[in-house]
Amino acid sequence: MQPFTYERAGSVRAAAAAVAAKPEAKFISGGTNLLDLMKLEIERPTHLVDISRLPLDRIEETPEGGLRIGAQVRNSDLAADLRVRSRYPVLSQALLAGASGQIRNKASTAGNLLQRTRCPYFYDRNMPCNKREPGSGCAALEGFNRMHAVLGASEACIAVHPSDLAVAMAALDAEVETSLPEGTTRTIPIVDLHRLPASTPHVETTLGHGEMITAVTLPPPPSGRQLYRKVRDRASYAFALVSVAAVVEKNGVRIRRARIAMGGVAPKPWRTLEAEYVLAGAEAADPAFSEAAESALAGAVGRGSNDFKIPLAKRTIRQTLAAAVEDA
Amino acid sequence: MTEIMTPQNRSSEISNGLIGQPIARVDGPLKVTGRATYAYEHAMNEAAYGYILGAAIAKGRIVEIDSAEAEQAPGVLHVMTYRNAPAQPEFGPAVTPTVPEVFTRARPMLNSDRVRFYDEPVALVVSETLEAARAAAGLIRVRYEEERGVFDLPDRLAEAYTPGRTNAGFETDSAIGDFDRAFAASPVKVDATYRTPYQHHNPMEPHATLAVWSGDEVTIYTSAQTLANFRAGLASTLDIPPERVRIVSPFIGGGFGSKLIVHPDTVLAALAAKVLRRPVKVALTRQQMFANAGHRAEMVQQVRLGADRDGRLTSIGHDVWSATSGFEEFCEQTAVFARSLYASPNRLTRHRLVPVDLNRGEWMRSPGEAPGMLAFECAMDELAERLGHDPIELRIRNEPADDPERGVPFSTRNLVACMREGARRFGWERRNPTPGRIREGRNLIGYGMAAAIRPNYIGAATARVAIDANGRVTAHLDMTDIGTGTYTILTQIAAENLGVPVAAVKVELGDSRFPRTAGSGGSWGAASAGSALHVACGALKEKIMEAARSDDRSPLRDADIAGASFVGGEVRLGGRSAKLADLIGSVAPDGLEATGSIAGGRNTETYSSYSQHSYGAHFAEVAVDCDTGEIRMRRTLSVIGAGRILNPKTARSQILGGMTWGIGAALMEETVLDPRYGHFVNRDLAEYHVPVNSDVPEMEVVFLEEYDGKANPLGSKGLGELGVCGAGAAIANAIYNATGVRVREFPITLDKLLPGLPATAI
Ligand SMILES: Cc1cc2nc3c(=O)[nH]c(=O)nc-3n(C[C@H](O)[C@H](O)[C@H](O)COP(=O)(O)OP(=O)(O)OC[C@H]3O[C@@H](n4cnc5c(N)ncnc54)[C@H](O)[C@@H]3O)c2cc1C
Ligand code: SF4
Repeated sequence: MQPFTYERAGSVRAAAAAVAAKPEAKFISGGTNLLDLMKLEIERPTHLVDISRLPLDRIEETPEGGLRIGAQVRNSDLAADLRVRSRYPVLSQALLAGASGQIRNKASTAGNLLQRTRCPYFYDRNMPCNKREPGSGCAALEGFNRMHAVLGASEACIAVHPSDLAVAMAALDAEVETSLPEGTTRTIPIVDLHRLPASTPHVETTLGHGEMITAVTLPPPPSGRQLYRKVRDRASYAFALVSVAAVVEKNGVRIRRARIAMGGVAPKPWRTLEAEYVLAGAEAADPAFSEAAESALAGAVGRGSNDFKIPLAKRTIRQTLAAAVEDA
Repeated sequence: MTEIMTPQNRSSEISNGLIGQPIARVDGPLKVTGRATYAYEHAMNEAAYGYILGAAIAKGRIVEIDSAEAEQAPGVLHVMTYRNAPAQPEFGPAVTPTVPEVFTRARPMLNSDRVRFYDEPVALVVSETLEAARAAAGLIRVRYEEERGVFDLPDRLAEAYTPGRTNAGFETDSAIGDFDRAFAASPVKVDATYRTPYQHHNPMEPHATLAVWSGDEVTIYTSAQTLANFRAGLASTLDIPPERVRIVSPFIGGGFGSKLIVHPDTVLAALAAKVLRRPVKVALTRQQMFANAGHRAEMVQQVRLGADRDGRLTSIGHDVWSATSGFEEFCEQTAVFARSLYASPNRLTRHRLVPVDLNRGEWMRSPGEAPGMLAFECAMDELAERLGHDPIELRIRNEPADDPERGVPFSTRNLVACMREGARRFGWERRNPTPGRIREGRNLIGYGMAAAIRPNYIGAATARVAIDANGRVTAHLDMTDIGTGTYTILTQIAAENLGVPVAAVKVELGDSRFPRTAGSGGSWGAASAGSALHVACGALKEKIMEAARSDDRSPLRDADIAGASFVGGEVRLGGRSAKLADLIGSVAPDGLEATGSIAGGRNTETYSSYSQHSYGAHFAEVAVDCDTGEIRMRRTLSVIGAGRILNPKTARSQILGGMTWGIGAALMEETVLDPRYGHFVNRDLAEYHVPVNSDVPEMEVVFLEEYDGKANPLGSKGLGELGVCGAGAAIANAIYNATGVRVREFPITLDKLLPGLPATAI
């Protein structure tokens, strides 16, 4: 770990300004991701701005009938919130499927969205990795890539974004509110928060340096059944091989509207509009489910040990859709 | 739940005293209140902190190492590399002349410019704080001349060689009858090849050492399983007599075989503390443990079973190819159990090794049986199906009368009883022999079973026991408690022997100044240390009686010692009795002390004339998601015949832990080796999966108690590793029963199952 200086921010504005002032400064919230990376010297900030005590830990109703979730709301508090559990169950399910109880107690909403990949080559400083060291190559491409992306990746990087929360947020059309160092704010649709790697996998989000997430807003709850299905190598405490967040609204025997987002398959939470088109108005059964699954994975590319994710994702989509349209 | 089933004709030697009671761990309160001090936690104000820098290549030479910047970094006291490390003996040959020398040989660190494996230590930075040492390590620049390493196993079987012996000194091969002819002629056959991966022990407590020199003597606070060996190994490395080394290891956060020999933390802490003339602490990071603290090697196993149509085995063949380090051989005794498990006139077991550029493999819980039974007991299941027989019936049909290769009788063997009792309790009759037939919702349900066998050993041990004028008993042994419950069972043994309550006994372990034992390893700790203590208590009782009879102040003067007993805090001699404390107070106000020893090894008469093993039968029920192939455990049952059960609570914990290892081996444990770089890829606990609580279902353990008087004076047998043996195979067989898909490459992850699962209708 490199030596660093530390300050506790007194306000959002001061925090953003403090990070903006130093090129190697970073926000620290729960620290459950950042500190691990610092110990391994994958992250080497020279200055940390602690935002964990800023009063951004509330979940409020919005005038539109949605919820505004403060950036500092703990994963465990968010998962347990009654409004979330009753109106946005997919979000609560996604959170509870992630990490462990101890980590969720510490992890913040914004920190979860901005956690970095778990690609094991990214974690080993002796290995080539374009994300860690631009231009050094990608060890995963021809290596052990069982956990890696089949959609949205590039020849420069095939890492997946590991967040479960972000996948549920993508299905719910959440928006991220940020505060910029100049004191202005902006709103970013969750699906535009993360970038695809293309030739610059080290640039992971559309946030500028010193731009701080202050809240995530959820539009009014969509009608229909919500489900989060996470497929993983052990029953708990494992990242998704494939996950599916589905919101499915029925109209008799047909589907009125479905929203589907996938995790574990792409460098960002992967909303599959193609599959949603297929489902809109279709009979709530096969062949629509299979067609949706096929279109969701259209263009997917396996890299060897992750080939199985393509059939697995299709099977998981079909299973989740079937469960979502089952009579409650 | 645990249950102990006692034989009807309960041996009179199984007493009704404290031994056999489910006493809670005597060290439990210390551990849960944080007062059990582990190696790295020893407060030592003046201690400096070392941090190891590992090699960035797997094979080659250090051309240049620039530590100037690190040396200037704040707080740095010393940077040690091969250029300035104190002289140490050479490492020596890949195979030691004798088996015990594996444990005591010198293991020099930073003694050459050679890099033999990825992450091998190339520097130690010692600093005022851990953080400063770690930061400075990042400033060292090393230039290497890299050589091409070899890492593959399956494609290089042709390069395999035949080692001189296996681990623990077994014959490399065994051949009885004519396997080839018999197998060729068998009407029903299985010829299956299985693969098991690299695995790592990952004890919760990493390898850690605090070294403190005083003159030319060094005290090592560390986490070690077998102190005498550990001490000898460090003494050889430092090139000093063992008497100048003291090892202190009272609490160990898990070992599983990874703490039998010295590792870089101990050697480097000792060297640095010597150079700096101040105490130094060094711990391996979790990541460093993957290259520097041992592993179980990757293996390919071919199992060939031939049977007649009635299911009688005509031929058993078990061939093992294992990866081994090129510079230090380790041949896991993977096929050795197959020499004793089932009857068959024609038999062949062989071990072959393929060198790779990795650090040496080490002993990992149930060495031999863990990978071997995973393969073999699956092959038995495959054979049962081919024969159309029930897997339990097949095993019963091949139950041998005597040890099938040694020809000697079994000391005790209750394998058939374990399987029958298990079948009854588990509801084995509900298993559908046709796979893929039981479905609940989206889940396919399967049942599987496997046998368990594990050799019983005893190692030479000595114990010292003393009683003071207050009737308090203290026992000293250099034994360790690696989390198994040794403190507790030794307390019970002393308390029962001397007829005092558990609270009157204090057992002190984990210091090389105490009498030497065989330590914790090979499931022999309880038997070896326990027997020595039992003998020591016997000697102490003699002394007490002698003093009681001969001392004028004694209320028991001249009493007849025939039929003497020590119970309820009293000594009873010839119809008279006296309170133990009062008696000692009057006849031996300074207390009395005695030692006792037990001989070990294969030289003992009972070991050479009997085949000694523990046995068991594991049962598993799994659910497999028919869409995603996710495998989840539903329940397990282990029925165990392992001699006398000294403490059902700690014994049960061992079996539960063993079964949990079985879940890990069957479903998830694998360290991935990247052959391009020669490094273990998934080297932390987020990526190296072991079962977590939700992977572990309801587990039942039943002991079929026996008294094995051939094994040791206590009648007990080892069970610390038995729980692992066959456990994974029971699960693999259940997965097959659930799905009809036989995966022969472990672990059975869903990607391997998926291609065999039908594209099920919604
Ligand atoms: C063993 C393990 C298993 C895990 N398993 C899962 C899992 O299954 N599913 C899952 O989803 N997650 C999992 N996680 C990840 C966990 O959810 C994240 O570590 C956690 O959510 C990060 O939150 P934090 O508040 O601790 O972030 P920090 O570590 O404090 O920060 C993470 C990053 O976000 C930045 N940041 C934080 N807050 C802000 C803000 N308001 N504005 C701008 N930037 C900010 C920081 O600068 C940093 O770069 C796991 C983690 C571990 C260690
Ligand atoms: S996949 Fe991305 S993160 Fe992983 S090694 Fe390649 S570039 Fe690095």
